[in-house]
Amino acid sequence: MTIFFDGVAFGMLLFLISVGLSVTLGLMNFINLAHGAFAMLGGYACVVLLNRYGVPFLATLPVAILVPALAGIVLEKTLYRRLYAASELDQVLFSIGLVFMAVATAHYFFGAQQQPLHLPDFLQGQIHLPGMDVGVYRLFLIVVGLVVAFGLQWSVIKTPFGAKLRASVDNQRVARGLGIDVNRVFSLTFALGSALAGLGGAMGVEMLGLDPEFPVKYLVYFLIVVTVGGSGNILGSLYAAILLGVADVAGKYYIPQIGAFIIYAVMVAALIFRPHGLFGRSHN
Amino acid sequence: MSTLSLNKASPDPSGGADPLARYRRSAHWKPLEYLFWLLPVAAYFLFPGNYLLLSQIAITGLFALSLDLIFGYAGLISLGHAAFFGVGAYTVGFLGTNGLGDPILGLVLAAVFAALLGFLSSFLLLRGNDLSRLMVTLGVALMLYELANKFTSITGGVDGMPGIEVKPILGLFDFDMFGRVGFVYSVVVLFVLFWFARRLVHSPFGQSLRGIHMNALRMPALGVPVNRRLVKIYTIGAAYAGVAGALLAQTNQFVSLDVLSFQRSADLLLILILGGAGHLYGGIIGAVVFVVINYFLSDMNPQYWQFWLGLILVLIVLFARGGILGTARQWMDSRRRARAHSRTGEAS
Repeated sequence: MTIFFDGVAFGMLLFLISVGLSVTLGLMNFINLAHGAFAMLGGYACVVLLNRYGVPFLATLPVAILVPALAGIVLEKTLYRRLYAASELDQVLFSIGLVFMAVATAHYFFGAQQQPLHLPDFLQGQIHLPGMDVGVYRLFLIVVGLVVAFGLQWSVIKTPFGAKLRASVDNQRVARGLGIDVNRVFSLTFALGSALAGLGGAMGVEMLGLDPEFPVKYLVYFLIVVTVGGSGNILGSLYAAILLGVADVAGKYYIPQIGAFIIYAVMVAALIFRPHGLFGRSHN
Repeated sequence: MSTLSLNKASPDPSGGADPLARYRRSAHWKPLEYLFWLLPVAAYFLFPGNYLLLSQIAITGLFALSLDLIFGYAGLISLGHAAFFGVGAYTVGFLGTNGLGDPILGLVLAAVFAALLGFLSSFLLLRGNDLSRLMVTLGVALMLYELANKFTSITGGVDGMPGIEVKPILGLFDFDMFGRVGFVYSVVVLFVLFWFARRLVHSPFGQSLRGIHMNALRMPALGVPVNRRLVKIYTIGAAYAGVAGALLAQTNQFVSLDVLSFQRSADLLLILILGGAGHLYGGIIGAVVFVVINYFLSDMNPQYWQFWLGLILVLIVLFARGGILGTARQWMDSRRRARAHSRTGEAS
C-alpha cells in the first residue's frame, strides 16, 4: 500500500511536469524535447533560494513557477515561434540542441552533483493510518497534483481563455478571423506549461533528485506520459502519469533486476496498439 | 506522376529515355568523389600519430552513413540508432571473450544480429507518424540499454567489457597499439560498404526509396510495395550500424555501456544533419567535422563541448537546414543561376 502511495505521488510529479508538454505537443503540435529543461530550471531556482538565501520552501515555489514561465515566454517569442510550421525533425533537433545547452549550462553553474534539499518540518514525517504509512510530503504532492489537474481541466473547458485556446488549436485561421490573438494565446499557453514544469521540478527535487542530467534522464518518462495519455488531453495525462508512477515504483520494488525495462516495453506496446494514446481521441 | 511511371516502366520512345540517361549519369563516379577517397590515403601519410582519431572518424562516418540510408533516403526518423551500433559492438565483445576473435567473422555476425534486430523492430515503425517513430526507436534503444545495464554478468554493465581478444585480420595483420592497422581496416570496411550503399541508392530500389520519402501515398500507385521497401532499408541500415559498432569494439578492444546511450543516437543525428542528409557523403563529412572539433574542444571541460554542440544544432535548424553539403549545393546552384542570368542579360 505504501508502494502504491509512493507511486501515485511520483505519478503526480510526472503529471505536473509533463502536462505542459502535453499541451504544447497536442495543442500546438510542437515536439518540445527541451521541456524537462524548464522543470530543471524550476528545481534549481528552488534549491538556490532555499540553500543560499534561506528562503522557506513554500515561498520558493512561486519563484520556481515564475522563472521558467518567463524563460518560456522569452524563448517562445524569440525561437520556438519560428519553428511552429517546421517539420517534426527540425523541432526535435532544435529542442535536443536546447537540452544540450541547458545541461551544459547547469553543469557550469551548479556542478554535476545532486542538489540537496531540506524540507520544512511540517512536510516531513509520516502519518500512520491503519494498514499504511503515508509520507506527509507525498500527500502534499498528491493534493497539489490533483488541484492543478482539475484546475487546468476546468479552465480549459470553462474559462474564456480556455475557449480561445481550443479554438486556436482546432483552426488557427478561423480563430484569427474571429479576432483571437492566436500568437498571444500560444505564448501564454507555452508559459503556463513551462510554469507547471517548473513547479513540478521544484517539488520533485526531493523525490526525483536534481542534477544537470535531469532533462535527459526523465525525458522518456515525460514522453511516455504524453503519448500514453494522448497528447493534449489533460485528464488523460493525469491517468497515464499515475499509472506510470505506480508501475515504475512497484516494478523497481518487486522486480529490480529488470528495472526500467518494463516501462519502455509498455510504452512501445502502447504506441503500437494505440498510436493516439490510451486515453487519446481517436480522430486527429 | 505519369512521367515518373513512364520513366520507370517503359521509356517513351519520343525522348523518355533522357531522364533515364540522367539517372545513369548521376550514378557515375565524379572526379570530386575520387578526390574525396584520396583523403584517407593522404591522412595515412600526413598524420601518422593520429591513427586512433582517424579510425574513429571512419567508424563514425560509417555509422552516420547507416542512418543516412534510412533517414536521408527513406525518411524514417530514428532517435535510437545506437541500438544497432551497440548490438554490433557487444556481438564482437561476446565473440572476443569467448575466443572467437576473428575480425571478419565479428563483422559478419555483428551485421547479422543488428540486421535481425532491425528487421524485427522495423515492423514497429510502419504504423504511426514521425513522433511515434521517434518514440519507438528511442524506446527500443532504451530497452537494450537497460538490458545491457542489468545483465552485468555478461556485459559488465557500467564498467564495460575489457580485454576483448581480436585476432589478426585474415591471420596476417595484427592490430597494433598505434591503431595503424585499425585505421586501414576501418577505412577499407567503410569504403566497401560505402560503395555498396552508393550502388544501392542509385538503383531502382534507391529511387523508389526517394519516392517514398517524397510521397508515401503515391508510391503504391506506381506498384511500389512501400512497407516492404521500408523494412528492407531499415534492416540494411541496421546491419551497417552493427558493422560500425563492431569496428569500434575491435579497434578499441573494449565495449562499454555508452555504445547504446541516448547521447550516441542524438550525436549521430547531429552529425548527419550537420553534414547534410541524403547525400551519402553528408554523414562522413559531418563525422570528420564532429570528431575533429570534439578532439580539439575536449581538452576543455567536456560539458562546454556539449553546450557548443547544442548551439550548433539550434543554429543549423534555424539557418542552414541542408547541413554542410546541402548549403554548399544551394550556394553553388544560386551562383550558377546568377552566372547564367548575367550571361543572358549580356546577350540580350
